[in-house]
Amino acid sequence: MSRRAKTAVYGVLCLLALPFLFPTWWMVTSSLKPVNDVFAFPPSLWPTDVSFDAYAKAFELQPFARQYFNSMYIAALVTIGTLAVSSLAGYAFARIRFKGANFWFVVILVGLLIPSEVTIVPLFKMFDAWGMVDTHWPLILVPILGAPSVLATFIMRQFFLALPGELEEAAKVDGLGRFAIFRLIALPLARPALGAVAIFTFLHSWNLYLEPIVFLSSSEMFTLPQALTQFVDAYGGPMWDIQLSAASLTALPVLVVFVIAQRQFIEGLAHTGLKG
Amino acid sequence: MSTRFWTGSRRDTLAGYLFIAPQLIGSVLFVFVPLGLVFWYSLHEWNVLADTFTFVGGENYQALADDPKLADALVATGFFSAGLVVLNLSLALLLAVLLNQRLRGTVFFRTVFFSPVVVSLVAWTIVWSFLLQDNGGINGLLELVGVDGPNWLRGEGTAMLAVIVVQVVKNVGLNMVLFLAALQGVPANLYEAATVDGATRRRQFLSITVPMISPTILLTSIITVVGSLQVFAQIAVLTQGGPGTSTTVLVYYLYQQAFQFHHFGYGATLSVLLFAIVLLLTLVQWRMRRKWVFHES
Repeated sequence: MSRRAKTAVYGVLCLLALPFLFPTWWMVTSSLKPVNDVFAFPPSLWPTDVSFDAYAKAFELQPFARQYFNSMYIAALVTIGTLAVSSLAGYAFARIRFKGANFWFVVILVGLLIPSEVTIVPLFKMFDAWGMVDTHWPLILVPILGAPSVLATFIMRQFFLALPGELEEAAKVDGLGRFAIFRLIALPLARPALGAVAIFTFLHSWNLYLEPIVFLSSSEMFTLPQALTQFVDAYGGPMWDIQLSAASLTALPVLVVFVIAQRQFIEGLAHTGLKG
Repeated sequence: MSTRFWTGSRRDTLAGYLFIAPQLIGSVLFVFVPLGLVFWYSLHEWNVLADTFTFVGGENYQALADDPKLADALVATGFFSAGLVVLNLSLALLLAVLLNQRLRGTVFFRTVFFSPVVVSLVAWTIVWSFLLQDNGGINGLLELVGVDGPNWLRGEGTAMLAVIVVQVVKNVGLNMVLFLAALQGVPANLYEAATVDGATRRRQFLSITVPMISPTILLTSIITVVGSLQVFAQIAVLTQGGPGTSTTVLVYYLYQQAFQFHHFGYGATLSVLLFAIVLLLTLVQWRMRRKWVFHES
């Protein structure tokens, strides 16, 4: 490539990068400004006096630590549960020959076509009947067992299909049972696929918004996305400084983990099953 | 066979069903039962406050046909989905092509373009909502170059555009990564042969690249279309469906009817409509693959 073309490509890339970087930059720097500077016009790109007032207020106005914990433990449970359910089912559909396997696989895949918004009304009534409204059960059980885990099962199946069968045959000859083969041989080999599934399952749970606002009503049960939108003044207008500091606390840890492990994140997602 | 009951194939069948049992039971309980119930509810008038549940046959569907707001919601959904899919796929492809050049720093840019995917959706939307205020950061930047920006989220035309752009920037990284993987799978000798034959870069892109990555274009367009029909948090945070009903997409309208106005029966009817649209669009795209997808692997 000529020098000129290179400069052009870099120029386009830098320009396009702006809307991807600027919001995060703006969120963090604004959250560190004293409240009067947040609304200064024209805005300053760098906080002149650093203030953590908005961060302190986030914890005063709502049980924010508790809400943080809620989101963390729900996402962790959903991730572990989904890994278990989807690796078992994906392995069986790829590796075990049994009658009806194809039929049930197609039946389960139907879940991919059903947005959770379609079933939210009956799910609300079901959990209401079981006395589980305003608990975390719907946010844990539905993602692990329902439609969101179907994509995970599909990815695991694609991965196990591509695995060579000789190791398993040898283990069978040695008299190992199905579950032992799955746990001792197939599962350790499936680390990349499990990693990709873990990442997008965690993010999916961490991002849920419709489900929490439908199922949860008391503030100590709230998850982070729901809590973020609750920092409003008496007129329902957002308290920007506090929303931005709470948003920074929500976004930054995941972002830091991503930057450290970006290669595994991106290549894991690109090369496992999602390619179809 | 006659001496042993637990033959290999019987064992495998038992193992297979035990392995898929959690997923299968979960699908029945949290996918198929609710789906059946949605149809059942849609045939009823359900007043939550008065606690009445009466069979009304097709009345909700008649109401659907007569609902003037539904037309607005479908138009908004159509605008949003079409705008999102076109912008998302073309930007994703552009970014993937740019990053597929042999250049230093592509890993850095790849990380930058992917990073919004891992930012919490509501956090991302709140920041943009702040940036798009009349006196917010975007208009601040525009003023630096002498442009007087509009109040993005309060104008009929600009609100929808803003919602689409916010959502594209959030998720385009995912499609970019899938395109990048597909581009790297195109054999280099095809380009070499084309160069020898004197084909221009543009010609090569249209006659080699696009056909070779068409399976990925199909996959990403299905994922993006289905995803575009589920947009909810962005609307709820950025515009609450306004101004007027200009950004009230179908899912947001469904939420309003069911959980704000407590019309559960009508909400269920809207759910049936949403399901029908998703099913139809997926089937159409799947059938069209024969026309333009180059090969199936």
